[in-house]
Amino acid sequence: MSKKILLEKINVPGIKTYEVYRREGGYASVEKAIKAMTPDEVVEEVKKSGLRGRGGAGFPAGMKWSFIDKKSGKPRHLVCNADESEPGTFKDRYLMEFLPHLLIEGMITSSFALGANLSYIYIRGEYMWVFKILERAIAEAKAAGWLGKNILGSGYDLELHVHCGAGAYICGEETALIESLEGKRGNPRIKPPFPAVSGLWANPTVVNNVETIASVPWIVNNSGDDYAKIGIGRSTGTKLISASGHVKNPGVYEIELGLTVDEFMNSDEYLGGMYSDRPLKALIPGGSSVPILPADLIYKTTNGEDRLMTYESLSDGGFATGSMLGSGGFIVYDDTACIVRNTWNFSRFYHHESCGQCTPCREGTGWLEKVLWRIENGQGREEDIELLWSIQSKIEGNTICPLGDAASWPVAAAIRHFREEFEYHIRFPEKIKNRNHFVAEPFSQVKHLVTKQTI
Amino acid sequence: MKVTIDGQEIEVEAGTTILQAARMIGGESVPPAMCYYSKLKGSGGKCRCCLVEVAKGSDADPRPMPKLMASCVTGCMDGMEINSKNSDRVREARESVTEFLLINHPLDCPVCDQAGECDLQNLSFEHGKSKTRFIEEKRTFEPEDIGPNIQLHMNRCILCQRCVQVADQLTDNRVHGVMDRGDHANISTCISKAIDNEFSGNMIDVCPVGALTDKTFRFKSRVWFNKPYNAHRECTTPGCCGKTTVWMFGNEIQRVTGRKDEYHEVEEFICNSCRFDHKEVSDWVIEGPREFEKDSVINQNNYTQKLETVNINTEEGILKGRLEDRKKISMNEIDYDEKIDGEKLNSDK
Ligand SMILES: Cc1cc2nc3c(=O)[nH]c(=O)nc-3n(C[C@H](O)[C@H](O)[C@H](O)COP(=O)(O)O)c2cc1C
Ligand code: SF4
Ligand code: SF4
Ligand code: FES
Repeated sequence: MSKKILLEKINVPGIKTYEVYRREGGYASVEKAIKAMTPDEVVEEVKKSGLRGRGGAGFPAGMKWSFIDKKSGKPRHLVCNADESEPGTFKDRYLMEFLPHLLIEGMITSSFALGANLSYIYIRGEYMWVFKILERAIAEAKAAGWLGKNILGSGYDLELHVHCGAGAYICGEETALIESLEGKRGNPRIKPPFPAVSGLWANPTVVNNVETIASVPWIVNNSGDDYAKIGIGRSTGTKLISASGHVKNPGVYEIELGLTVDEFMNSDEYLGGMYSDRPLKALIPGGSSVPILPADLIYKTTNGEDRLMTYESLSDGGFATGSMLGSGGFIVYDDTACIVRNTWNFSRFYHHESCGQCTPCREGTGWLEKVLWRIENGQGREEDIELLWSIQSKIEGNTICPLGDAASWPVAAAIRHFREEFEYHIRFPEKIKNRNHFVAEPFSQVKHLVTKQTI
Repeated sequence: MKVTIDGQEIEVEAGTTILQAARMIGGESVPPAMCYYSKLKGSGGKCRCCLVEVAKGSDADPRPMPKLMASCVTGCMDGMEINSKNSDRVREARESVTEFLLINHPLDCPVCDQAGECDLQNLSFEHGKSKTRFIEEKRTFEPEDIGPNIQLHMNRCILCQRCVQVADQLTDNRVHGVMDRGDHANISTCISKAIDNEFSGNMIDVCPVGALTDKTFRFKSRVWFNKPYNAHRECTTPGCCGKTTVWMFGNEIQRVTGRKDEYHEVEEFICNSCRFDHKEVSDWVIEGPREFEKDSVINQNNYTQKLETVNINTEEGILKGRLEDRKKISMNEIDYDEKIDGEKLNSDK
């Protein structure tokens, strides 16, 4: 059994309620931080823990906190990013739904560390029921004296609000989130300035993912050093993974970073192997925006070692042979899955969600989707694969925010690793007429048709 | 601070952006800009036309920047070295932005009122390809009436958001902005309102393409058939400078616009009354002809340059030609002793 630090108490009956949560030792980190530590000491512990942001990019949380501008004299804010819209990622919702007080405890301790007196949880509109759970939990915490004026008689004040977005993926991008929170259209801002200098209402602001903030209480209770002992190398601690697709046991798991992909995929404690015992075709380890891995790159890295569930191991060798841990949306495909259809589906999503502010993303995502749609529907042309490659390469790196990269990486990886499937779609349009063309006849059975001669 | 752009060094003040520094140098190193507008706060960063390569970050941190940077929103650092026209990466990026901007653009220049003044035309001329790789159907929008003064032609819009910034910064009761997302994003009013306030006309001036045009001028003339003059009047609208360019056809003022600099950015904003209501020559004090950069289409009809008189002598030329033709056709005066090079047949030479 891996160590659990976030979901340790998840099975305690009634843990959603304040009484049970408190009885189980909840809010101890707030007490410890406010009574026995200075804000800088809390930041120092988080730095020592090596905790990396769990929202996707994996930036060290303690370092991000230390960038916050304390000299300006302006009010500071902590904003929790609970927008969670990456296809394949659904871990934050689980945490907030079943352990709302853990997030609120994390928010208070972290806000104290940052010297923030006004903090927000920005939650996606589709999570209305979770929004209500959080509202209730905040009211309970406030009634118990953990929020409001003069917390624990220390002179520290904190207001905490939940804000419901209208349901836009782009509002998960931290600067778009801030715009949206300010009541404007959710367009990403041009950086610099970074939020740590000028964020919400031009005040110094830290935006952190739900899981990142929920990890803080354990760190404060047990010390950063203890946290750093969990995991491997620069991938410290535990990580929530939301697994979906063709596996026996999809769901949200807390793993210790450093677990092998093999064990996570195949042991009964976790995913329990492939659904219907069909062959594994591909894997997306970190949510739809990260590159897909073909079967032969899933369990081993380029130098033949076991591939681990860590930031480093999953990105081994760059995008040609690796992927990313991202937000931990673990999507598994068996041999009935059509990579072209899947790529089209993702493209459709990014096209729909592009804010439309900058040219390469606005025009490029639409173009990608249209070409992929044609290929998937038997209207592909020979030159379309090169065209897709060219379009995605022109979006990547040239946009205001990383949504452009998120739209281009899945296409690049699909072509890189599954080019033959694209060729098959283009050359045998009559064979892909059936929507589930690979269910009766997996690609492995028709592969010889395209590998004999290349187009 | 010292910055170098394409090998040309220049001293600039702290806070200067790379684009501004390049404009100070001038010439071919100036990146194209579709969304940046010097007179509008917070403009720039969106169209990605002005991407440049920062080969050296600064003297303090000489590392090159891994990504291309939008020059209009990137500040200069001391010792920075920038490649603009000298970089293949930059050229490629500009070509792709141009391609992206054109895939859904209707390219109706022949019937577009912006033709001749259109930044997208210039951009495509410089960075466009003659062939399109886009075979899909272009996206189109339903026409929308946004009021008596301005014609919105959404299909031509490139979402630079300059007009939104005008509305934010110059007008009160803002009613228009960006609706929807992605390539469906569009400029519209909320909801089906008329844009009606004293400075709304400036949206027309800032629009780099033909998405927002002047209803009082539409289809009156191609801009290069107009003669632009700087003019002014005593305008009583608060905030209006009263300094304009009037566009004449003969003695008729067909259009009034703000005065623009060489990057097509107005010097000062004007009110709707100056723009739409004052079309009589007697309304204005005409200062003199307006000059444009050498290769502007508007210069096609330029009368500010000194012209050499060319003598054609039509009548004389025709008569001379006719005489020679006659000779050839009649064969009468052909000297059969003359060789083709004019030598005599039996000459001694
Ligand atoms: C298009 C886009 C969508 C994003 N969506 C989310 C999201 O839903 N949740 C999240 O925590 N981070 C999201 N991020 C990442 C955030 O911008 C930011 O990096 C993160 O919230 C920082 O928190 P962390 O340091 O704790 O990971 C998104 C980024 C992009 C570019
Ligand atoms: S990359 Fe896409 S989502 Fe991000 S700012 Fe540009 S258009 Fe908007
Ligand atoms: S209407 Fe013109 S100014 Fe407004 S966003 Fe579109 S192109 Fe830009
Ligand atoms: S002019 Fe710089 S991005 Fe548009």
